[in-house]
Amino acid sequence: MIQLAQVVKTYQAGLATPFTAVDGVSLDIPAGKLTVLKGPSGSGKTTLLTLIGCMARPTSGRIHLHGLPAGTLLQLAEGDSLEITSLPERFLTAIRRRTFGFIFQQFNLVRGISVLENVMLPTYPTGEDRRFVEARAIERLEGLGLSRHLHASVDRLSGGEAQRVAIARALINDPAVVIADEPTAHLDSRLSEEFMDLMGQFKAAGRTLLIASHDPIVYGSPLADAVVEMRDGRIVAGP
Amino acid sequence: MRPPVQRYRNILDFALSSLLRRKGRNLALICVYTLVVFVLASLVFFVQALKREARELLVHAPDMVVQRMVAGRHDPMPAAQAEAIRAIRGVEEVQPRLWGYYYDPVYGGNLTLMATSDTALAADSVWIGQGVARTMRVQEGDMISLRGYAGLPTLFTVQKVLPEASELVSSDLILMSPRDVRSLFNLPEGLATDLAVTAGNPRELPTIAAKIVERFPDTRPILKSEILRTYEAIFDWRGGLMVVVFASAVLSFIIFAWDKATGLSAEERKEIGILKSIGWESADVLLLKFWEGAVVSLTAFLGGVLLAYAHVFFFSATLFEHALKGWSVLFPRYRLVPALDGYQLTVLFFLTVLPYTAATLVPIWRAATVDPDAAMRS
Ligand SMILES: Nc1ncnc2c1ncn2[C@@H]1O[C@H](COP(=O)(O)OP(=O)(O)OP(=O)(O)O)[C@@H](O)[C@H]1O
Ligand SMILES: [Mg+2]
Repeated sequence: MIQLAQVVKTYQAGLATPFTAVDGVSLDIPAGKLTVLKGPSGSGKTTLLTLIGCMARPTSGRIHLHGLPAGTLLQLAEGDSLEITSLPERFLTAIRRRTFGFIFQQFNLVRGISVLENVMLPTYPTGEDRRFVEARAIERLEGLGLSRHLHASVDRLSGGEAQRVAIARALINDPAVVIADEPTAHLDSRLSEEFMDLMGQFKAAGRTLLIASHDPIVYGSPLADAVVEMRDGRIVAGP
Repeated sequence: MRPPVQRYRNILDFALSSLLRRKGRNLALICVYTLVVFVLASLVFFVQALKREARELLVHAPDMVVQRMVAGRHDPMPAAQAEAIRAIRGVEEVQPRLWGYYYDPVYGGNLTLMATSDTALAADSVWIGQGVARTMRVQEGDMISLRGYAGLPTLFTVQKVLPEASELVSSDLILMSPRDVRSLFNLPEGLATDLAVTAGNPRELPTIAAKIVERFPDTRPILKSEILRTYEAIFDWRGGLMVVVFASAVLSFIIFAWDKATGLSAEERKEIGILKSIGWESADVLLLKFWEGAVVSLTAFLGGVLLAYAHVFFFSATLFEHALKGWSVLFPRYRLVPALDGYQLTVLFFLTVLPYTAATLVPIWRAATVDPDAAMRS
């Protein structure tokens, strides 16, 4: 479970034009459920996701992660809790790698290299043996129906294929939490439905899901356990 | 902790594939870089080799030479003066020498003719330097013809071509018996070109030189150490001229590298953001960029040094010849003896690899330490 308490993110704090994108958000995100963040453009959804996903630090407030996997770097025991906002970068990165799989709005694939290499990329700094990683990556890609494109360059993929590569990459480290930012923005309705089916499978496998979207296919889906609505950085309607 | 070796390997592999991905740009960079290293390394090798040649040549030269001056010009001196100089305290030996310059009208070059007391050299025979053999196109057993003082040609047998050990200055040398030198130049018996003086203790040489000038005011002693200094100065000066030219080459390279680095392409910046957002630490990104930079610098450094080595020692520094030598027609065909020294290589390394690394590191550091969420906005 992820617990947010009075989380504030102010961009350009201390400069002439500070901008508070997330303004005092308190929220519980239950484990094993699908939570949807919705709200108009600029309401702070992406910002909140980056804070939860350990990609940026909040200006104030606390974020607690419960039920973390055991890890040597932080000397955690299975199921430990951790307050992440004050951790140094190395630890944040370590947690992000083991706990979160992030699916970006723009997919963020590295151009010019193959589908397979893109999926393996997150594991390079962990020093894991390439052969195991490769086997796992192929398995993930095959599961997403991409076995024909393993060695294709990502530049030539269609939008739906590129997104599935991004999903495979998010899953390579077997994360407990999958975070997706506007995952259906580039998909037609059939592909969007397919995406939600996939999310249903992840949920059934016990993963925690957090999706930011203003697409009714997502927040109107029967799979969504909770819909949190944001506006101007605040929660206006919650679970 | 994580198994570090595999981490380095993974990141190195990715660095190589990244370099290949931007083939065109990186090749252009390596070419320019190699060129700069090549030019600098050629210069350093060349000047060092010349200095070494000069030093080696002078190893066998006498510590001091005494010449007679008449009206401010070098003139033959009475060999009998050798006895008087030998009497000066500290002088070990005085050897009258016989030598002169010979202008060869056919080849348009100046040769040095010198008498040797080596009894292995037969009368009417000569030993010649490599340069002489080349320009005259003769080998051992051939005859060469030298024009005497009266304009009449005299024939000599080439008994030996002197080995190449130190070619730069001795390649224009012809050795013959004292009798032959005298008859060719019409030097009367009892006169020598100069005197070679050896001291028991080389540190007394300046004192001895002072005493000689005092006793024989019409003489001029020349110390080997002074000649050495002159040589070094000449080579340094000529080298210095080139340094000015190439400093500008290095400068433009640094500007180029700076430009390349500060202008981290939007593509590259985005990629760094992506890597950070998918779980790479700043340290991982820096390691990646370090590998990339190291591959580029080391390839260029090795390539440049190897090319320079071939240029200076196998192709006789063809590109520099006109700037650095050319005081004798014979020189252009010399060949420097290959030599590498660690100090030179280190200096070169720091002159080329360091500025590049410094110029690229700062912007990469800046890009690598941004928050990964920046990658999500582009
Ligand atoms: N680095 C930044 N500096 C200044 N302002 C920023 C920065 N990043 C985001 N913002 C601002 O924060 C606000 C929230 O941005 P955010 O991307 O979280 O919105 P969003 O809800 O994801 O919008 P959308 O639905 O369009 O993706 C926006 O007004 C944006 O301009
Ligand atoms: Mg957004």
